[in-house]
Amino acid sequence: MSTSDLRNQVMWNRLISVVEEQALTLVRTAFSTSVREAGDLSAGVFDKKGRMIAQAVTGTPGHVNTMAAALSHFINDIGPERIFEGDVYITNDPWKGTGHLHDITVATPVFYNNSHVGFFASTAHVVDIGGRGYGPEAREVYEEGIRIPILKWVERGNLNRDLVTVVAQNVRESDQVVGDIFGLAACNETGRRRLCAMFDEFGLSDLEGLAEFVFDRTRAATIAALRSVPEGVYTNQMTVDGYDHTLTLCVSVTVTADGMHADFTGTSPLSKFGVNVPLTYAQAYFTYGMLVALAPELPNNFASLEPFTVSAPPGVILNAQHPDPVAVRHVIGHFVTDLCLGAIAAALPDRIPAEGSGALWNFQASARSADVDDPKPPVELLMFNSGGTGARPGLDGLTVTAFPSGVRTMSVEATEQVGPIIIWRKEIRNDSGGAGRQRGGLGQIIEVGPTDGYLFEFSAMFDRVANPARGRHGGSDGAGGAVYLDDGSPFPTKGKETVPADRRLILELPGGGGFGDPAERDPAAIANDLLQEYVTS
Amino acid sequence: MTAIPAGRRGAAHRARGTAHRARIGADVGGTFTDIVVQTVDGTLHSTKVLTTYDAPEQGILAGIEQLGRSTGIDLRDVDQIIHGTTLATNALIERRGAKTALVTTAGFRDVIETRTESRFEQYDLNIVLPEPLIERKDRYVITERLNARGEVLVDFDESGARSLIEHLGAQGYESVAVGFLHSYRNGVHERRFRSLLKEVLSDVSVSISSEVSPQMREYERFNTVCANAYVQPLMASYLLRLRDQLGAIGVGCPLYLIHSGGGLMSVDSAAEFPVRLIESGPAGGAIFAADLAARYGRDRVLSYDMGGTTAKISLIEDFTPRTAKVFEVDRRSRFKKGSGMPISIPVIEMIEIGAGGGSIARVDSLGQIRVGPHSSGSEPGPAAYARGGSDPTVTDANLALGRLHPDTFGAADIDLKPTLAHQAISDAVGGPLGLDADTAAIGISEVVDENMTNAARVHAVEGGRDLAGFTMIAFGGAAPLHASRLIDKLGLDELIVPSGAGVGSAIGFLRAPFAYEAIRSFYTTTDDFDYVGANEVLAELTAEAESFVRIGTATDLSDESETIVERQVSMRYAGQGWEIPVRLDDGEFDEFAADLLAGKFTKAYLEFFGRAIEDLTIEAVSWAVRVSSRQEPPPLVETIPQGSPVTSETLREMYDPALDTRVTAGVFERAQLNPGDLVIGPALIVETQTTTVLGSHHRCVVQPDESLRISRAGRGSP
Repeated sequence: MSTSDLRNQVMWNRLISVVEEQALTLVRTAFSTSVREAGDLSAGVFDKKGRMIAQAVTGTPGHVNTMAAALSHFINDIGPERIFEGDVYITNDPWKGTGHLHDITVATPVFYNNSHVGFFASTAHVVDIGGRGYGPEAREVYEEGIRIPILKWVERGNLNRDLVTVVAQNVRESDQVVGDIFGLAACNETGRRRLCAMFDEFGLSDLEGLAEFVFDRTRAATIAALRSVPEGVYTNQMTVDGYDHTLTLCVSVTVTADGMHADFTGTSPLSKFGVNVPLTYAQAYFTYGMLVALAPELPNNFASLEPFTVSAPPGVILNAQHPDPVAVRHVIGHFVTDLCLGAIAAALPDRIPAEGSGALWNFQASARSADVDDPKPPVELLMFNSGGTGARPGLDGLTVTAFPSGVRTMSVEATEQVGPIIIWRKEIRNDSGGAGRQRGGLGQIIEVGPTDGYLFEFSAMFDRVANPARGRHGGSDGAGGAVYLDDGSPFPTKGKETVPADRRLILELPGGGGFGDPAERDPAAIANDLLQEYVTS
Repeated sequence: MTAIPAGRRGAAHRARGTAHRARIGADVGGTFTDIVVQTVDGTLHSTKVLTTYDAPEQGILAGIEQLGRSTGIDLRDVDQIIHGTTLATNALIERRGAKTALVTTAGFRDVIETRTESRFEQYDLNIVLPEPLIERKDRYVITERLNARGEVLVDFDESGARSLIEHLGAQGYESVAVGFLHSYRNGVHERRFRSLLKEVLSDVSVSISSEVSPQMREYERFNTVCANAYVQPLMASYLLRLRDQLGAIGVGCPLYLIHSGGGLMSVDSAAEFPVRLIESGPAGGAIFAADLAARYGRDRVLSYDMGGTTAKISLIEDFTPRTAKVFEVDRRSRFKKGSGMPISIPVIEMIEIGAGGGSIARVDSLGQIRVGPHSSGSEPGPAAYARGGSDPTVTDANLALGRLHPDTFGAADIDLKPTLAHQAISDAVGGPLGLDADTAAIGISEVVDENMTNAARVHAVEGGRDLAGFTMIAFGGAAPLHASRLIDKLGLDELIVPSGAGVGSAIGFLRAPFAYEAIRSFYTTTDDFDYVGANEVLAELTAEAESFVRIGTATDLSDESETIVERQVSMRYAGQGWEIPVRLDDGEFDEFAADLLAGKFTKAYLEFFGRAIEDLTIEAVSWAVRVSSRQEPPPLVETIPQGSPVTSETLREMYDPALDTRVTAGVFERAQLNPGDLVIGPALIVETQTTTVLGSHHRCVVQPDESLRISRAGRGSP
C-alpha cells in the first residue's frame, strides 16, 4: 500500500457514502410501502463501461446483482454513441432489471469537463404498474402491466413528454408512479453532483484508476473468502409447497479456484401463475447467500459479484422467460438462499444455519363492502409477516424475523388506522422452533378480521405448510404453517379467497429448523425455554 | 478548577423578570462529573470531578463544595441547580433497573420482543438481536381492546385484572408498565388498571403508556413505558436523595433536571417520567451550541461534539436544535440503526458514531484501514498512555502526526509516549500494509475524518438538508483536533471553537429554558378533517405542557412569567411513511381548516423535496405542543472579522493533509491569545483540555468571547 492507495481508500469510502445518500434520498420520497418498509430499492455508481463500483446497502437482496447487470443493458440498448450529457434512461424490463415490472430502474450518465466518466443508477418498487394489479393471477407478463423498454426519459436535458404520458396513462396511481420516476432521476442527480464535487476535491479526471483499485482489492478478498469452501461440486434439493403444485428446487454448486457457479437443473417446471422467477433474480439470492456466509465484510461491486454465476435449463421455475408471468417472483425466489446455503453446508458445518421459514407470509388484501346494498370504497391493506429463521451453529434461530428478505413489519396500530381491519393477535407461536442443540427461531400466530361492514378478498400465498423448514446435523424440523378460520374451518393456503365479514383468519407461521442433536442442548437454555414458554412441553 | 472568564462576562442568560444570584449546572457523565457555577455578573467557573458511580450525588456534592471553596461563592446564594445525568441511560444499558412487569392487551404479549421483525445487519448470519427489556415471563396480558378510533371493542376484564394484580403482588414486582393497544387515543383502560393496582399495591410504581408516550406505534410506545417503569424506582430515590443532601450542605434552592428535549423539568416530573432524562447530557451540548449560534446570529449550524469514544453531530437551525419524536438507546452493534431500544419521547436529534480519540484502528480483509467503533476507553486507553493499551487509536495517530504533544497534552496525570504510539501503529496498521508508521497514521486520521464527514452528510440528507452554507461549532475534547479538516471536506466556510468547550454540556444546562413538549398521535386526513377532534387534542396537549412548565416557573419566574406556545402537526401524503412537521398558526381550526393545512403541507413538502403532488389525500399523524418560558435572546457577539496577526516563538512539525506534507506550525497558548488576534495556519492552539489544529490554509481570529473563529483562506474573510 502506498499513499496513493490511501487516497484511493478515502475516495472509495466517499463513493459508498455518496450512494448511501442517493438511496436515503429515495427512501424519503418514495410512495411505495415496500420501498419504505422493505428497503425494496437500490442505488449505485458505475464506471463508464457499466461496471458497478459501489452500491448502497439496502434492505432487500433482490437487487444485489440485478442492479449491477442492468447497466450493461442500458449501454447496449442506448448505444455508446448516443450517450449525452443531460440524459436520463429508464426501464422496468424484468429480464434486464430486477425480475418484475414493478421495479423501475433509472440510469443517469455522468459527465465531467465534457467527458463521460460513469453512471448513477437507482431502482425502486412503484405502487402500481397497470395490468391486473400486483398478484400471481396473470398468465403472461403482458397482463402484469406496462413494460417500458430501455428508453431515454430525458435527452440532453429535455424531458420525453410522450413517454411520460404513455406511462401516466397506463398505471393506476399515475401521480405517485411518475413522481417516483422523477424521484429516481433526482436521487441520481444528487449522486452526480456529489461525484463531480469529489472530482474537484481530489483532482480526478476519470473513475478508471479508482475503479481498478476497488476491483483489484475486492477481487482478491472475494477469492480469498471463497477458498474456505474446497473446490468441488455441492448439491442440494429442497421441497416447498409451491403455488399451484409442489415444487422441488435443485441446485448444484460448482466451486472452482476463481468462482462459484449454481446450476438449477432438475428444478420443477414453471407455474401457470406469476410466481415464476427470472434467472437474474435467482442469481441475486444465490449470490446473497454466498456473500453473507463467506464474505460478509465485502461491499457489493462488480468484482465481488463477478465470481458468482448461474445457469438453468429453460422451462424450470427459476428460469422464467418472456412472456412468462413473474409479478410475485419473490415467493419462490426467497427460497433460493436456503437452497444454496444447504448445498455448501457439507463443506462448512460450523457456518451454515438450518433452513428457516424463508418466504414471507404477507397479507395483502382488498377490503370490500360486505353488503352489496351498502357500497363502501374498497381499501387496500398490506401486512408483512415473518416466521422463524433456522438455528445457527452457535446460536438459536431468530424468532419472528425475516430472512433472506430485509423486510420490516408495520405497526398494528398504524395498519388499523389505514383500513377496516382488526388484528386480534400477533404473538410468538410457542413450540414452533425445531429442537436442536441450537433451537430454531419461533414463528408467530396472527389473527385478523375485517370490521366496519367489510370483508377481505386476497390472494393467499402461504408456503412451508406441507413442507416445513428442515433441521441440520440432527436438529428437528421447524413447525409447518397452518391457516384456518376462527370457527375451525380450514382455509386454502393458495389462491384467491374471501374472509367473510363475521370471521377471523388465523395464520400460524412456520418456525425455523433446529441445529445439532437436541440432547446436546445446554440445560440452562432448556430451562429458559420452559420458563419463557417458548417451549411448553 | 477552571475559570472561563472570556466574553461571557456580563453575558448572563436570564429569564425575564428574575435576577439570579448564582446558578449551578451539574452534568454527571460516565467518567467525569462537570460542575459549572455562574455568578451574578455572568462569570462561569467550572470543575471536573470523577463520577461516583454507586452514589452519583456524592460527586455532585463534592464538586459543588470544592467550587464554593475555590471561588468564595456562598452556597446559600445559589438559587438554582440544573442537573443532567446519564444515570437513567446507564441503568437501561446495564440492566440495573427494578424488577418490572409489563401488562398488555391479550394477543400482544410479545410486541417488545418481535420488534420490527427485521435484522439490523443484512450481511451477518450470526446477528444477535437486542434482548427485550422485560423478559417474556414477566409480560402479562389482560382482556380488553380499543379500536383505532379509541372506541371500546372488548370491555376491560375487571376480575381478570384483580387476579393478575394479586399475582403481581405475590411475585414481588417493584414496578409495573402498562401498555394497551390504541391507548394513545384513549387511556381509559390503562388508567383503570392503574387505579385497581394502586388500591392493592400502593408501594409499587406504575407507568402507563398513555401518559408516558401517547404516540401511535405499539413497539415504540410499549418499549418507552417499559423503560420508564424499569428505571423509575431507582431514579425517584436518587433524585429525592440528591435534593435532601443538597439541602443539608446549605443549597436549599430548587433543583431542576434537563430532559432529552433540551428543556428543564422539576424533580417531581422527572421522578414520574424518568425516561425523559435519557440522552440529557448530549442535549446539554446541543443547547450549548444553539446558544452560541444565537450569539453569532448563525441560523444554520452543524454542532460537532467529539470525545473519547464517539462523535455526535446535530443540526441547529434558527438557533434551535432539531428534534425528533423517537430515538434509539443502547445500540448494541456498532451504533447500527435497529440494534437498540426505541424510545418515543421528544429528543434533540443527533447522530452518534464510534469515532473518538480512543477509537481503535485496524486493517480489514480488503487491506483497508478501519477506525472504530471499538474504543480503548479510558482504561487502558490509547497506546501512548502507557497503561497497557497496545491498539493504535486516533489519539496515537494525532500524536504521530504532530497534532498532539507530550508537553501540552491536557490530562495532568498522563504522560504521552510517542514511541508507544508509533509502535502500535506500526504493528497493527503499518506492518500489514507495508507502510511506515507516519504514513499509516495519516491513513488512520483521514479515515476517521471521512467517517465523521460521511455521517454528517448522511444525517443532513436524512433531515432533508444540504450542508452548504452551514457553520460548524466544535466542542468536546477531541473535536478541535479534527474540525478544521472536517470543514474542508464538507465545504463549509466557517468554524467556531467556543471557550469552555470541555464542559459544554454543563454550560448548556444553564442556557436551557423551562420547556416541555407534549406529543400525541391523532389520525385524521384532509379529505375528512376532524377539526373538533384536532382542537381538543391541541388544547389538551397545551394544558399538559403548560402544567409542566408552570411547576418549574412558579417558584422561579413569579407572576411575570410569560410562555411561548409552539404547535405543530406531522403530516404526509397517504401511503408515505415519512412525515414532515408543519407549524401551526395560533387559533382554533374551523370547517375550512383542511384546505389551509393542505396548503401549508404542500408548501413544506415542496421545500423539502422540490416537488409536490396534487390531489392526493394528506394524513395528519401526530400533534405536538411545546411550551417554553420566554427568554431574553443572548447578546450578539460583535464579530471581529479581520484580526492583527500574531506569531509564536514555539514551532512544531505537523502533518498537513491538504498539502500532504509536514509543515512547521506555530504553537499558541489559547489562554495567552486576546480578542482580535489573528492566527495564520499552520498552527496549533493548545489549552488544557484540547488542541485546535489549523492547516496551512486556515485563518483564525479570536473573538470578543474568546471563541476561535476559523475560516479557509480564499473562501472569504479573514
